[in-house]
Amino acid sequence: MKYAVRRILALIITMIMVSFLAFAAFHMISGDPAQAILGTNATPEMLERLRHEMGLDQPFIVQYFRWFTGFFTGNLGISYSYRQPVADLIMPKLKVTLLMVMISFVIIVLCSLPLGLRAAQKSGGRLDWVRTTFQQLCMAVPAFFLSILVSYLFGIILKWFTPGDFPKIEHNLIGVMRYLFFAAVCIAIPRIAMTVRMLKSTIIQEMEKDYVRTAISRGNDRAEVLKKHVLKNSLVPTITMLGQTMAEIVGGSIVVEQVFGIPGMGRFLVASISNRDYPVVEALVVILAFWVILSGTVADLINQKIDPRLRLGGRA
Amino acid sequence: MKKKKMNGYLLAGLIITTVIIVWIIIGRFYTPYNPTKMSSAKLQGPSPAHLFGTDKFGRDIFSRVMQGSGTTLVIAAATILIGGTVGTIVGAVTGYFGGMVDEVLMRLNDALTAFPSILLALVIISILGPGKYNVIIALGIVFIPSYARVMRTAFASQRDVNYIISARLMGASKLRILMVHMLPNTIHVLLPAITIGFNNAVLAEASMSFLGIGVTPPDVSMGYMLSEAQGMFKSAPWYALSVGCVIALLVFGVGLIGEGLQRMDKEAD
Amino acid sequence: MLEVRDLHVKFHNRDREAVAGVSFTLRDGEILGLVGESGSGKSVTAMSIAGLLPRKKCDYRGDVLVDGEDMLHANRALLRKVQGNKIGVVFQEPMSAMDPLMKVGKQVEEVLTIHEKLSPEERKKRAIQALDDVELPDPEAVYDKYPHELSGGMLQRSMIAAAIVSRPSLLLLDEPTTALDVTIQAQILKLLIKLNRKHGISMLFISHNLNVVRKLCKRVAVMQRGVIVEEGPTNDIFFHPQHPYTQHLIECIPARVKVIARKHVEETGSINLINDADEPAETASAAGAVQAAEAVQVAEAAGAVENGNSTKPEGGSNG
Repeated sequence: MKYAVRRILALIITMIMVSFLAFAAFHMISGDPAQAILGTNATPEMLERLRHEMGLDQPFIVQYFRWFTGFFTGNLGISYSYRQPVADLIMPKLKVTLLMVMISFVIIVLCSLPLGLRAAQKSGGRLDWVRTTFQQLCMAVPAFFLSILVSYLFGIILKWFTPGDFPKIEHNLIGVMRYLFFAAVCIAIPRIAMTVRMLKSTIIQEMEKDYVRTAISRGNDRAEVLKKHVLKNSLVPTITMLGQTMAEIVGGSIVVEQVFGIPGMGRFLVASISNRDYPVVEALVVILAFWVILSGTVADLINQKIDPRLRLGGRA
Repeated sequence: MKKKKMNGYLLAGLIITTVIIVWIIIGRFYTPYNPTKMSSAKLQGPSPAHLFGTDKFGRDIFSRVMQGSGTTLVIAAATILIGGTVGTIVGAVTGYFGGMVDEVLMRLNDALTAFPSILLALVIISILGPGKYNVIIALGIVFIPSYARVMRTAFASQRDVNYIISARLMGASKLRILMVHMLPNTIHVLLPAITIGFNNAVLAEASMSFLGIGVTPPDVSMGYMLSEAQGMFKSAPWYALSVGCVIALLVFGVGLIGEGLQRMDKEAD
Repeated sequence: MLEVRDLHVKFHNRDREAVAGVSFTLRDGEILGLVGESGSGKSVTAMSIAGLLPRKKCDYRGDVLVDGEDMLHANRALLRKVQGNKIGVVFQEPMSAMDPLMKVGKQVEEVLTIHEKLSPEERKKRAIQALDDVELPDPEAVYDKYPHELSGGMLQRSMIAAAIVSRPSLLLLDEPTTALDVTIQAQILKLLIKLNRKHGISMLFISHNLNVVRKLCKRVAVMQRGVIVEEGPTNDIFFHPQHPYTQHLIECIPARVKVIARKHVEETGSINLINDADEPAETASAAGAVQAAEAVQVAEAAGAVENGNSTKPEGGSNG
């Protein structure tokens, strides 16, 4: 319990630090927000009034505080480009990206666990080099190239979905998920290769350990040893990696959304950066940071449940 | 020095990578056609005259890729240089001295490495603005933590090795110990890290330029060409395919080198 | 019950045989010690008996008969039936020999889970009984603990419990006390003797330390470079070594230790820690024994004493 509390506390503190840094950074480089929102036709009085409304005349810390609490109240400022509340703009896109990330993660877990296990069992065999080379190949093909290929193959040639025609979530959830599936696969493939590789080497390492010998001396056969002992022991680094993968998927989604024409967070982020729409960028950066840190924290918490040695806050 | 054997992965990787890099370097000085010259031979598929076909402006794609990829290589190399050097220094300092400095820096490091590199790079670019040099700065900064972490482990593990202790006893200055004794032995850890870093840099640059926030015209890079290619995908898919294949092959080759190096190390044990 | 005939084992990545023609027998209920330095092949011999040889990495020939059944060439299915059931193994490092993520109690039960059809409650009862047999103070508490929560001595006792819970006929112990404190060592040795007396378990005890072996074993075989160079009753090996290598080993034992051993023999009639009586010979303070021994040496040097029997220590003696 104590460990869990400490981790959550660390999460909160890190978030505060990150959001502060982000706020400070963007605060420095953005010009006058009021000017950006109202445009060049604004009179000085209008600008003054807007500045006051937005609280820009307050000291820096107060501004930061208002912005930070805005994450909980839903008020994240106004977008420069769209003149609309940032929160309203982000929400639908967030849902889409979240859905895609989840689909991708499920694909990764479902594929890499059995494949990793098989790879470990068959290691050192004749066909090992085929597997390794294929793995390297999967990791080498950039997600977006894969996306181009997949979108061409399945969208244009096979017509399993129509690129560029993204259905609405509320109306057609199945359609949305089918569309996202292809994108999710593109993100998933390199990660599957990496996870399989890692799982394979972890399992092989564990098989060399002493307790495996003890288990055999008690009459277990290979399969039982794996099932009863080695799998659980291989789980900890794997879960840590899956936590990182969850964070990285979001990075991969950025490019994939562009290729597939998916109206998600990543595409919005890129567009906002190009347009120098800082309120949006700020908010998105913090959301993404939160996602990343949360993934790591959840992975850690799961691990400490599995491995009692970690509960003391020490290393295994 | 442990005896090291060449293995298949390393060999294949070296061959593939060398061929591609040499091809790209040649592209700096000579290409079959002028890469920017438009012609009337528009949207032609691959043929003996135009190995990768032509794009919608009639430009020869083969020459275009040959020359344009150079920017990507330069960026990747510069990124490794910056990230690797700074990372090595940080790693050496924290690994060797340890203590409070180590604790704090490594926590910072962990926080940074948790972030997908693309995101960090995007954030930095959003502050600096796009452009070739900004990309180098952004990617260089983004890759410092991973080098630092790897090098720190390498340096820290050497701290208490016998010949280091005797060097210390003999009164060698810390700098000398670091540079003359420890550094050469960290090479075998640094090399695989460099191969991974190179691949990540190439992919990151390609992604960023593809998204339009990396390299900007008149500079051309692999990612930029890919974004062009996407626009012409229906009519001239060979553009995207050839650029994508070159990227994939390069990354694949370097990845094989990394894999080969790791196996070579393992076998020597 | 155990017969090893002309065992040869050669690993593919080495030039010479690890085991080069080893033969010995172990009678029912006997405790045999196998002594040698590292590289002598004693562990490999034990692994061959336990069916734990990495068959793909070595060449082997000879016979290893456990109650008449060949273990060396048996297929995996046959081995599995015997391992844990008839043959129990205790390894050197208890901390790494146990699965770190599984509770100790469950690991003690493991043999039962594989070989016997018992309900979970019965298994738990047997496991706690075994933990009690190895003289752990609070067996139920230990049952629920994880390996890293126990000390080395307690863990090793648990390992022994796990190995004997199914009442095997043979217990192989590969340097089980080497990683433990000296005081714990003595306790474990006494425990083993007790178990041997009470349940009739035959034991093969492997060690590089001749002094430890003499406390436990009735017979000793000395190995060097893959062959047995000398074999016989412990008393003979310890006090009258014939082979030069054995003599060398004996010479390496500090003099006062040998004196303590001699004293122990004279007082209890046995070179082992516990003789045929049920009570263990109580240990006097180590200091007292050492004092006595040193007094003996001084007297010897003065030429006044011939067989080291002039002063009597306070109580019994320990080794």
